[in-house]
Amino acid sequence: MMSIMKGRVLVVDDDTALAEMLGIVLRGEGFEPSFVADGDKALAAFRESKPDLVLLDLMLPGRDGIEVCRLIRAESGVPIVMLTAKSDTVDVVVGLESGADDYIVKPFKPKELVARIRARLRRSEEPAPEQLAIGDLVIDVAGHSVKRDGRSIALTPLEFDLLVALARKPWQVFTREVLLEQVWGYRHAADTRLVNVHVQRLRSKVEKDPERPEIVVTVRGVGYKAGPN
Amino acid sequence: MTAGSAAPKPGGPGVRTGRAAGQGHGSSRLGDLLPGGRLLPEGAPGGPVLRLVVRWTRRPLLPAVRLWRRNIQLRVVATTLLMSLGVVLLLGLVVIGQVRNGLLDAKEQAALSQAAGGFAAAQEKASGVSALDGQEGDATDGRPSRGSVNWRSELVKQLASGGQGAYHVVALSPDSDDAGMSRAPRASGDVDVTSVPQALRNAVAQGTGTFQTYVKIKYSVSKEPEAGLVVGKRLSDVAGYSYELYYFFPLTQEEESLSLVKGTLATAGLFVVVLLGAIAWLVVRQVVTPVRMAAGIAERLSAGRLQERMKVTGEDDIARLGEAFNKMAQNLQHKIQQLEELSRMQRRFVSDVSHELRTPLTTVRMAADLIHEARSDFDPATARSAELLADQLDRFESLLADLLEISRFDAGAAALEAEAIDLREVVHRVIGGAEPLAERKGSRIRVVGDEQPVVAEADARRIERVLRNLVVNAVEHGEGRDVVVRMASAGGAVAVAVRDYGVGLKPGEATRVFNRFWRADPARARTTGGTGLGLSIAVEDARLHGGWLQAWGEPGGGSQFRLTLPRTADEPLRGSPIPLEPEDSRRARECAAADEANDRALRLAAVPSQTGAQRPGLAIPARSAVPPHTAPSAAVDPAALPGSGARVVARPVPQRQGEGGAAESSVPGPVSRREDTSGGR
Repeated sequence: MMSIMKGRVLVVDDDTALAEMLGIVLRGEGFEPSFVADGDKALAAFRESKPDLVLLDLMLPGRDGIEVCRLIRAESGVPIVMLTAKSDTVDVVVGLESGADDYIVKPFKPKELVARIRARLRRSEEPAPEQLAIGDLVIDVAGHSVKRDGRSIALTPLEFDLLVALARKPWQVFTREVLLEQVWGYRHAADTRLVNVHVQRLRSKVEKDPERPEIVVTVRGVGYKAGPN
Repeated sequence: MTAGSAAPKPGGPGVRTGRAAGQGHGSSRLGDLLPGGRLLPEGAPGGPVLRLVVRWTRRPLLPAVRLWRRNIQLRVVATTLLMSLGVVLLLGLVVIGQVRNGLLDAKEQAALSQAAGGFAAAQEKASGVSALDGQEGDATDGRPSRGSVNWRSELVKQLASGGQGAYHVVALSPDSDDAGMSRAPRASGDVDVTSVPQALRNAVAQGTGTFQTYVKIKYSVSKEPEAGLVVGKRLSDVAGYSYELYYFFPLTQEEESLSLVKGTLATAGLFVVVLLGAIAWLVVRQVVTPVRMAAGIAERLSAGRLQERMKVTGEDDIARLGEAFNKMAQNLQHKIQQLEELSRMQRRFVSDVSHELRTPLTTVRMAADLIHEARSDFDPATARSAELLADQLDRFESLLADLLEISRFDAGAAALEAEAIDLREVVHRVIGGAEPLAERKGSRIRVVGDEQPVVAEADARRIERVLRNLVVNAVEHGEGRDVVVRMASAGGAVAVAVRDYGVGLKPGEATRVFNRFWRADPARARTTGGTGLGLSIAVEDARLHGGWLQAWGEPGGGSQFRLTLPRTADEPLRGSPIPLEPEDSRRARECAAADEANDRALRLAAVPSQTGAQRPGLAIPARSAVPPHTAPSAAVDPAALPGSGARVVARPVPQRQGEGGAAESSVPGPVSRREDTSGGR
């Protein structure tokens, strides 16, 4: 089911014991981990190992996790999962805003971690040929591209998933909880800030005027829906 | 001049008499001389009219009244103006009175001597002519002779000519009925003879002395009447007939002098008042300006701008105020900064501890899970150790999480992320999570009052944590009996009460359950690994919302925990839609057994704290409907009214006001034992 090609995980963490433990768990689940302990070397390691997913500790020597996240996001849409000890601080929001797709709070159980990683990697497993339209955007689901007037817009896989989820059912209003389940793969209620932050990031890319969104419309008190075609 | 000596000397008794006779005219005299003297109103208008006027004028005057209340400068200036106006008016009245009296006294002296001279001359003339007439024997028929007729006219003309307009002379006969040509009134200077007041005429007719009074001199020609002094005396004319001779002295000049004085005084007074007002304004400003500055700066200080200071110049009292103020602000700023620094350090420490502890814990956790997964390959002792390791790691994790949460509250770092949520959803989520535990314990969790939305502005994560804690506690201590979750919304509050029918709470425990790491009975075996911090955190969560978390319990009758939240954040709570003591408490059933009237009185006594609007939406069954199946063992303590299980505040919060009969912890309620009420989950 999971190809080896889809299993490369870069672990950016300065705690060697945790990194080693993460390696043991990831190998046990069939992933192929590589490690880097320093924020300054993270980007080089990322370019070198070309991972399918990055596990990123927010507190790092050298460049901190937020900065590393931003740098990686600048050149790749690869899924990034943050490891953080602080779930209720602004760090989480800042991390999400700087491009992380998801986060997991220490201490976590191995199963939890693996589930999060699988959820991020699962996405492009079965690309069915499908053409969707939302607003003035044309989405090619199989080709993984979004175009406005023939010009393609670069989205991260997560943002793409979010947009596709909304575009598939333009008549439906999605609550944040539903989006968390459909896009992030959370079974139970989780942090709705994930949705808020990523909707903002998505809007900044696809909306003509992010202040007055037309593609991803907020339904006050409920959630989000696709804008009218 | 022998006859002249008969005339009373000016200033003699006659004059005094005249004055006495003229007493009745005193007011008119004052009125004549002081037309502007009536400054004071005629007295206050009647009561109802006054009230009506006050009502009419009050509404538009309100802003002015507010300004008056708030502006000390305006008040001082207005008071100064009013008081100086009063002083100046009083002073003016006194001065004018003095000047007038002086002027009139002088005039009176002059007038009396002048009149006396005139009377003497007239008398002399009459005697002279009479002697001449007697010689001619021309007046035998009793009719006045032609000479007598002319005589009076000539006399008047002659006397008046001496005054050159300074006075006028009038001659009148006492009996105007048979007045012939000869005895018709004569007057000089066009004086209307009716100017002579009747009272004076009577006095003159009856007495022999000189009489005077102040009158309004009227003129027969078109000329304005003017104030004047009239002096009269009865004389005999050449024919022996008596007649009255009056001297009129117009007081025009004196009036002019007086009005000049008045004008001068008024001008000076006005200047004095205005200047005094200006001075008061300036002086008050000197004091008020620094005070206002201090007030403004104090306001800004209290708004959090701690670097604000007063400008201090000089060494006077104001400067001392400023210095003291600045010193106070300095100290305040210092203290606040110290506290902020402490709080920041605390938060920082918590955050660091959090990170430093969690990273190794994560490694341990993962390792333990790996070992736990593989325990089937181990020998039984090692396998059991792996299980214990995993279980206790769970407990350790939740303990760490709770400790960090508590320290966040202590550091004031907990932030409320409130939005409108329907508590029914939260309750159903919580119950869904607690079902497995309830099944193990053999309890059913029932929900009451979820027909209507129960919406409040709250932090769903925190409320869920609180309710999970309460429900799990209720199930754990419910001894397999049902747990009832009751929801209600009324007034500005919503409430969720979790009722169990387990061992209940001992007296005083209703407050202590919220203490950190509190255990009802340490000897009791702990079935589930609570951290002992659950209810402490729950209380803090409730407080963060501006809500209450309270407990009630009775021995063997179970307990009820009630969470009350304001419907909108920042709105103070005044009551709860659900009574703290449930309707099916033992005391309530005892009450039901008691006299109906008694019962009603007791209920009434219990109600007032929870106002009519805030009575629960849940209909309370009539007490009589509750079967009184328990024997009333304990007497009902009149002080312990229903709803008084306990008021719980884990930490002293001064602003929390107690509800009706709710007592802090020392309610002597009939409560027995509850072995383990540890708040863990």
